[in-house]
Amino acid sequence: MSARPPKLTIADYGMGNLRSVAKAFEHVGARALVSADPADLASAPAIVLPGVGAFPEAMREIERRGLAEPIRAAAAAGTPLLGICLGMQLLFDSSAEHGGSAGLGLLGGAVERLDAPGLKLPHIGWAHLRREADSPLTAGIDDGEPVYFVHSYAARPRAEDLLASAEHGERFAAVVGRGAVLGTQFHPEKSGAAGLRMLANFVTAATAARA
Amino acid sequence: MPLKRLIPCLDIDRGRVVKGTRFVDIRDAGDPVELAARYDAEGADELVFLDITASHEDRETIVALARRTADEVFIPFTIGGGIRSVADAQAVLDAGADKVGVNSAALARPELIGELAEVFGSQCVVVAIDARAVPGESRWDVHVAGGRRRVEGREAVAWAVEAAERGAGEILLTSMDRDGTEDGYDLALTAAVAAAVPIPVIASGGVGRLEHLAAGVLEGGADAVLAASIFHYGRHTIAEAKEAMRAAGIDVR
Repeated sequence: MSARPPKLTIADYGMGNLRSVAKAFEHVGARALVSADPADLASAPAIVLPGVGAFPEAMREIERRGLAEPIRAAAAAGTPLLGICLGMQLLFDSSAEHGGSAGLGLLGGAVERLDAPGLKLPHIGWAHLRREADSPLTAGIDDGEPVYFVHSYAARPRAEDLLASAEHGERFAAVVGRGAVLGTQFHPEKSGAAGLRMLANFVTAATAARA
Repeated sequence: MPLKRLIPCLDIDRGRVVKGTRFVDIRDAGDPVELAARYDAEGADELVFLDITASHEDRETIVALARRTADEVFIPFTIGGGIRSVADAQAVLDAGADKVGVNSAALARPELIGELAEVFGSQCVVVAIDARAVPGESRWDVHVAGGRRRVEGREAVAWAVEAAERGAGEILLTSMDRDGTEDGYDLALTAAVAAAVPIPVIASGGVGRLEHLAAGVLEGGADAVLAASIFHYGRHTIAEAKEAMRAAGIDVR
């Protein structure tokens, strides 16, 4: 078995800055393929689901491009999967955004609007990351390390899937995970050295899963 | 409440940093990407590139800069200067920029702000305002062309309010009176705009000493503070600036 990091597939469903995510992974030594082809997801050793935008539109695009089934199959097979921002929200059962829609259903729970009375939405900027449970993704990251968020909605995961939280009016899920399915509400590709460390952690986990 | 941000600004002319740098260990002091990567490594929270290229015939230069920056810089960055349309914005955002800054084009055609917000979301739209105090009054004229030309009928606080209503996600507020003076931000201007708009305000223009940064937040009510020359000339590091803000009781990254 080769220890060479696997070539990640970054799922392209037409929303969000895929290039920044790909470049950040390349910066930590990974190889990344940006693809909208279901076959590339089906054969991927690890999948990244990025995303910026609205939940219902994103799910429609994922379905339209035939990407939902390979993503679900990969998760069922234990393929490492990382959702970023909207991509993390899509891992859940459903979202209330824009009238509501079903998600990929890989993590239990719903996505709801942040409850931040008196504060600005979207929540944009750096906020402290608080560790809730140990996770390979946050290995080596200091408790309280700031990371960069851009969002108005947040997931309400099952308690055992909550790995780290942050605060904006309320304490919300910032890192979630169950087995090989992981997600960050913040943008690791825009969170400086700490963000790159977490992407490297994902690559390490994906490499180990393959060995 | 997000942490207060420290934002170095790089003025770009034909793809190069305009103001010289005196970092001994930088190979090419005029290369914006090398400087940007250094600021990222030192702990800058965000970067602003302001394209002041006189001729905007060659948009590809700034798009190429955005692309190269996204290859090596892993914090959010804004590209401003010469953005006149959704297509201009699309090009730099696709290249990897997180936000676009609009100034004179938004004054010429305020609908542009709403069009950008509609397509990319308000979080991508920074409206830059260059303001100059009206002597003896608590109001500020809006200027364009680097402060050389006053915009008829535009007052800075009112324009900031209108920009926010039209969908701006952030106001980059520069005092043309203070820019280059090193006397500190125009705190009255900053406070007036920060109190008037529901969106973040970036204070700009006049930083000469580290304590000016904290004053922008504590007295000006700014959500972010921008500076250029004190970093470019190696007088202070980003880390020193952050430490000064922290020492003033501001929660920073």
